[in-house]
Amino acid sequence: MADSPQKFDKQSRYTEGRGIAGAWEGETVTRRRLMEGTALAVGGIATMAFALPGLGFALGPLFEKTNPTLWQDVGAAGDFNDESYVPRVISIDPEIGDAGKTTVYVRQFNKDIDKVVTGQDPQPYVVISTRCAHLGCPVRYIQASQKFVCPCHGGVYDSQGKVQGGPPVRPLDRFYTRAETGRVLVGDRFSLNSQLERFSPRDPSNHLDGLWQYIYPSRPTT
Amino acid sequence: MKFPSPPLPRALRRSPPKPGRDERRNGGRNGAPATKPTPKEQAVEGAASVVGWLDERTGTSPFLRGFLYRKVPKGTNWYYTLGSATMFAFLSQAVTGVFLAMYYEPDPSRAYESASRITNEVFLGEFVRGMHRWGSTVMIILIFLHMGRTFFFGAYKYPRELNWVIGVVLVVLTLMMGLTGYLLPFDQRSFWATVVAVNLNASGPIVGPYLADFLRVGSEFGPTTISRFYALHMLAVPGLIAALIGAHLYLVAKLGTTAPPWLKAEKKDLLREEV
Repeated sequence: MADSPQKFDKQSRYTEGRGIAGAWEGETVTRRRLMEGTALAVGGIATMAFALPGLGFALGPLFEKTNPTLWQDVGAAGDFNDESYVPRVISIDPEIGDAGKTTVYVRQFNKDIDKVVTGQDPQPYVVISTRCAHLGCPVRYIQASQKFVCPCHGGVYDSQGKVQGGPPVRPLDRFYTRAETGRVLVGDRFSLNSQLERFSPRDPSNHLDGLWQYIYPSRPTT
Repeated sequence: MKFPSPPLPRALRRSPPKPGRDERRNGGRNGAPATKPTPKEQAVEGAASVVGWLDERTGTSPFLRGFLYRKVPKGTNWYYTLGSATMFAFLSQAVTGVFLAMYYEPDPSRAYESASRITNEVFLGEFVRGMHRWGSTVMIILIFLHMGRTFFFGAYKYPRELNWVIGVVLVVLTLMMGLTGYLLPFDQRSFWATVVAVNLNASGPIVGPYLADFLRVGSEFGPTTISRFYALHMLAVPGLIAALIGAHLYLVAKLGTTAPPWLKAEKKDLLREEV
């Protein structure tokens, strides 16, 4: 049965004046609009179906701790004293061989010179990371001047690892330690602010003092 | 179809046929029928018909006429070739990069060895790696010269602002190519330069540390850091660059180029008389 021509001559209130052919009285969505919307929605769902898992796959490591805690033996308790640093090599990431190794400086905790922060138990050994707090170059301890010096941009730290000069924004990082059956074990990294208060590990260049510390949050990976 | 004759000395040139002796046109001697076309003529005819077949179905030649034979303003000079030069530097990087990828292994224990094998053992490996290594510097120099040309000629102004924005994104992507490619030889210099570059990213407020985690795949330089840099270097960033070069060229062809700033608009004589 053919539709009466009058049916299509009436203009919809909603589609009136929009020049849409075939719209009739009371129609809010024309067939054409419905098909457009459906095609776009299906395309969008199909794109999201591969894009979102892909993005999650690429971003996943941001939300998990990727480096498991390793307690590494760096020597017998007798190898270290409470006055001068002894260099030792530990592995930050054992999977990548030499590229994952780093030097640390080890000495015994000395209650005369080392600060004890209330509420934070002192570590039995002071293990200083050689990762410069400016941009991560390897610092070196110079025994004669008792300073840590960075070769890249001239950062200088005192024997506690506190910044004495140059661009670094906070003291050198340290590692958790354990003394077990006469051996010294080195564990996870932690960062310190200028008062040598302990924080979760931060990237080099991230401040931990004053208002600055709030724009460098602690992350799920550390 | 007739090709121009090569510039041979007169003695070597073939003399044109004498009138009435053109065998194809007038038939052979003594009224013999015309000869068949030579294989060379057939080959030229065949190639022309293939090109014609494609052109009829794709509309390539009207597109190329509009794209390559468009009008350019008076005063267009050699500085206007810097953009094309940058694009050809990118194409050179793409081609040499694909061949380097056939020998390179993005693994912390194999990267340095495979890169030095390319240089020392693979046939022409030193040359291709050298082209890629020096070509990267050439591309960065060219893209900044092109940017300077655009700036000093005022070619970023209306209606070409969007093309300037796309160009700036292309500069940033080109620098990202430099940064991600620097790690891949995996010697001391590239390792420590990457450590510093990633920590520079970490110094950005709020998102910086997360960006660094994304680049390193975790809080420390790890077993998949090289793979991530490699994937960004050879897939993600070049894909974006290629797409944006397409958009950049489309806008150049659509909007046309600008005249150099030292050329004033020509005044009509009529207007001058009326003043």
